[in-house]
Amino acid sequence: MTGPLLEARHVTKRYGAMTALSDLSMTIDAERPAITAVVGESGSGKTTLARIILGLTPPSAGTVFYRGQDMARLSGTQKRAFRRDVQAVFQDPYEVYNPFYRVDHVLTTPVKKFGLASSRAEARTMIEGALRAVGLRPEEILGRFPHQLSGGQRQRIMVARAVLMKPKLIVADEPVSMVDASLRATILGSLRKLTDEMGISIIYITHDLATAYQVSDNILVMYRACIAEAGEVERVVKHPQHPYTQLLISSIPKVSIARDWLDDEGEQKLAAIPSPDGCRFLERCPVAMARCAASLPPLYRTEAHRAAACYQYADSPELPAGTLNEVLVTGQEHVGA
Amino acid sequence: MSAILAVPILQVRGLRVEFAHPLGAVHAVDDVSFTLEANERLGLAGESGSGKSTMALAILRMIKPPGRIVGGRVTLDGVELSALDHEGMRRLRLAGIAMVPQGSMNSLNPVMRIKAQLADAFRDHGVQLSSADLDARIAELLSTVGLRAEVANLYPHELSGGMKQRACIAIAICLRPKVIIADEPTSALDVVVQRQVMETLARVQRALGCAIILVGHDMGLMAQFVDRLGVMYAGRLVEVAPIGEIITRPRHPYTQALISSLPSLEARGTMQGIPGLAPLLRDLPPGCAFHPRCARAEARCRAEKPAVRDLGPGQQAACHFA
Ligand SMILES: Nc1ncnc2c1ncn2[C@@H]1O[C@H](COP(=O)(O)OP(=O)(O)OP(=O)(O)O)[C@@H](O)[C@H]1O
Ligand SMILES: Nc1ncnc2c1ncn2[C@@H]1O[C@H](COP(=O)(O)OP(=O)(O)OP(=O)(O)O)[C@@H](O)[C@H]1O
Ligand code: SF4
Ligand code: SF4
Ligand SMILES: [Mg+2]
Ligand SMILES: [Mg+2]
Repeated sequence: MTGPLLEARHVTKRYGAMTALSDLSMTIDAERPAITAVVGESGSGKTTLARIILGLTPPSAGTVFYRGQDMARLSGTQKRAFRRDVQAVFQDPYEVYNPFYRVDHVLTTPVKKFGLASSRAEARTMIEGALRAVGLRPEEILGRFPHQLSGGQRQRIMVARAVLMKPKLIVADEPVSMVDASLRATILGSLRKLTDEMGISIIYITHDLATAYQVSDNILVMYRACIAEAGEVERVVKHPQHPYTQLLISSIPKVSIARDWLDDEGEQKLAAIPSPDGCRFLERCPVAMARCAASLPPLYRTEAHRAAACYQYADSPELPAGTLNEVLVTGQEHVGA
Repeated sequence: MSAILAVPILQVRGLRVEFAHPLGAVHAVDDVSFTLEANERLGLAGESGSGKSTMALAILRMIKPPGRIVGGRVTLDGVELSALDHEGMRRLRLAGIAMVPQGSMNSLNPVMRIKAQLADAFRDHGVQLSSADLDARIAELLSTVGLRAEVANLYPHELSGGMKQRACIAIAICLRPKVIIADEPTSALDVVVQRQVMETLARVQRALGCAIILVGHDMGLMAQFVDRLGVMYAGRLVEVAPIGEIITRPRHPYTQALISSLPSLEARGTMQGIPGLAPLLRDLPPGCAFHPRCARAEARCRAEKPAVRDLGPGQQAACHFA
């Protein structure tokens, strides 16, 4: 098999009349390891994107390729290689656990299945190491049932499992949403190490923009099934170009004694129905123009390492589909940047 | 005008919860005391696994075996909850103290319309309503949480995350509680929607005149929403203080470490966790449970468990040197 580790080409997902993900193309190249954060609106298609990349949900249109081979047509051997290469850490860890098995099960099963250890003792050592890497005490965790752990403990076991597998790509959907800031730093630090030392790529889906900024090389900002903005994390976070990214960044609650976040008298702004043809952000956009209602803006390459889907940047060249990868940086480039 | 006297609505004294474990009991909540005033917003933060959710459940006496409340008193508006029988306690939930549990937006029943789930909440608490009255109450509730009346006829999967979380708040407030405990209500939502949900919660609070306990990890959210913050470590409430104090002058070394580990949006590569692991709850280090990780620990810390001391108005910490 040849080609990049994963490639999504013109991938769309519909649920009935609702489009969860709209014509997205992206490539993950195992030779160019990086952490790419995916942030954006709740319900904008982030988990859908993750599930499609993981082969858990078939796209309604478009194709995902694993090392050049259509994911829908992998042979048994290829499927096995895929399950080794690509690991998932999910948003809601409750679903992953079987309530009748001790949590040890989710760790020992992959070790056995992929023959990661040559002896029981080695397996045990590996598992304990992975648990410590995410700030858990093996003696406290092993032997327990899922309901006997706190939310954050369950989440971290899933990260430990991904660490144990040493795959090529980890797709982590809200891996630390239930843990405190200090532990987030520890866990994300161990993920960063995987990228820097073992060349593992990571897709980090999160609502926590501060940790996304801290740990990632690139960021994709999603709004209503589309990429609103993408690029090198420093540029996007410090100087957001898309009006939605600007709204998102300015909505982060700040740890300060100045309280300006809540508008106590504010009207409850309910999300409006997206316009069928125009820009999806139209009804909330403070700088909308006439043409924004007519058609969906494509991604414009506004800088070497940035693209924004907004007509304000129509003077920049359009980013050809499937070349999003060129806008993103690798972990190495970032360290040098 | 004369100063308004603070009225305690909820008092928790010496609350203790243990989970039985073959190798020794897990002290998930260890001698926790605090007071919540009417209309107050109290935040509860602290390390993952430090006992926040367990404490919230213990206040409602909803701890299930092998867990057990082994000590303490909880008083709501002058009524001691341990004196209530099973039926009294059942009625108190929702009507006295309502909980929006951790992860509740994913626990809505997927095959029931929102309307039916709200109707269930009324029925479970013995509220008899004619079908017209029920519809009116549901519409009113939904509008209180900023949802259109049509949402009543939708299934959970037809709602966005923010809408689901608002539906959970609607269920929690249907009997006009005096205290709402919300366990990480917005950690699964984007910050724009987070702000809307918190505005909803603030508005609900004004409409009901209730107090709120907000459990969560997001210090930004705490800074912007709560009046006071309690910080838990290894089952104990190690510091409680007005939020401005916690942010600018945290007194307990764990709180200090927590505040300085917050990721910045200013400079990359500045994120650092607190070194070391959380202690084993069934075998806590002697003295102060934080001592193995504390930069200021001295011999006394290894020998003597620090008591909770008053440091100022509404401010306490459990550290020998705070
Ligand atoms: N199995 C499904 N059936 C119907 N609709 C679905 C299904 N899965 C997702 N959706 C819808 O697709 C849209 C995108 O959902 P998705 O879970 O990908 O969003 P997300 O960006 O991950 O949101 P969040 O930040 O809340 O996790 C949402 O409107 C969601 O309700
Ligand atoms: N049924 C149980 N049996 C044994 N131990 C339990 C049980 N339920 C919880 N615990 C333990 O009690 C401690 C407190 O758990 P709790 O869920 O209250 O933590 P938390 O502070 O809410 O954490 P998080 O922030 O991760 O949600 C944890 O160490 C957990 O492992
Ligand atoms: S394309 Fe138009 S409506 Fe959309 S974000 Fe840009 S300016 Fe606003
Ligand atoms: S009592 Fe000692 S070990 Fe504990 S927090 Fe205070 S200084 Fe640190
Ligand atoms: Mg999601
Ligand atoms: Mg909890």
